[in-house]
Amino acid sequence: MSPSAAWAVVVLTGVLAYALKLLGHLAPSRWFAHPRLRRINELVPVVLLSALVVAQGLATRTHVVLDHRVAGLAAALVALWRRAPFPVVVLAAAVASALVVRLGG
Amino acid sequence: MDGSRTVVRDALAVAVPVGLYGVAFGAAGVAAGFSVLQTCLLSLVAFTGASQFAAVGVVAAGGPVASAVGAATLLGVRNALYGIALSPVVEARGWRRLLAAQVTIDESTGVALGQQGRGRTAMRRAFWWTGGAVYVLWNVFTLAGATGARALGDPTAWGLDAAVPAAFLALVWPRLGAARSRAAAALAALLTLGLTPLLPAGLPIVAAVLVAVGAGWRE
Repeated sequence: MSPSAAWAVVVLTGVLAYALKLLGHLAPSRWFAHPRLRRINELVPVVLLSALVVAQGLATRTHVVLDHRVAGLAAALVALWRRAPFPVVVLAAAVASALVVRLGG
Repeated sequence: MDGSRTVVRDALAVAVPVGLYGVAFGAAGVAAGFSVLQTCLLSLVAFTGASQFAAVGVVAAGGPVASAVGAATLLGVRNALYGIALSPVVEARGWRRLLAAQVTIDESTGVALGQQGRGRTAMRRAFWWTGGAVYVLWNVFTLAGATGARALGDPTAWGLDAAVPAAFLALVWPRLGAARSRAAAALAALLTLGLTPLLPAGLPIVAAVLVAVGAGWRE
């Protein structure tokens, strides 16, 4: 990534993130009252986060790649199943993935 | 323990582990090709964890600027909804309102709304304590992670490339209670997988938003 592209990401992400927060504090609540908008908005984090799990865990650029990260995701799933707290889930994934890399997987 | 100390304890119990997780963001930012300064600025100005991870995630996947900013901004839309719920509770005016907006995130909203039974003062206190503590810790640990990443060397050897998707998985997990959410999550994951070889990197993530529109359209 070029330095100017990196700066564009930093500045635009920062400004837009803050603008959204401020909008919420300043906006009349009726703007967001439509039930359809509300339903879609509740689903946006769900679909985006699910997409990010796949894009980061099972893909490399434009290829589907199953590698050591799958072991990490499997460990995270087990930790989530056992109701482990957030840092434990992340740590379990890192340890499992690093172990597979070390074992030459 | 009196009521106000309980609120502070609740706030810190959430803020400390979340803040510590800033190490992972700092490391992920530098691993994706951002400088230490740029990584720290994302935490100081954007200050919304999932959006920050999305931005560096798309960049790490080789995606263009628009996809990185688009994914981060879509994830930030929920902060606007939090602000709508919180502004009558926080009742901040002038520069305090500008500060309140900046610390309006998942954790401060969650802890504040969790105090509903204790009254408005407890909610306000929970909002400021959680938001303030997460802000300070998240930024301190972002710096630690960003500067430490170079010393760590290859992030793959430490499992950091698996830690980030695992963090997304842990963030989406508690949102999968309703059947509609589970269906939307599965569809979005499959769509992303299917579009990965067909679209430029990063775009499948933005395309997944269509699933939210489709799934949320009807009651």
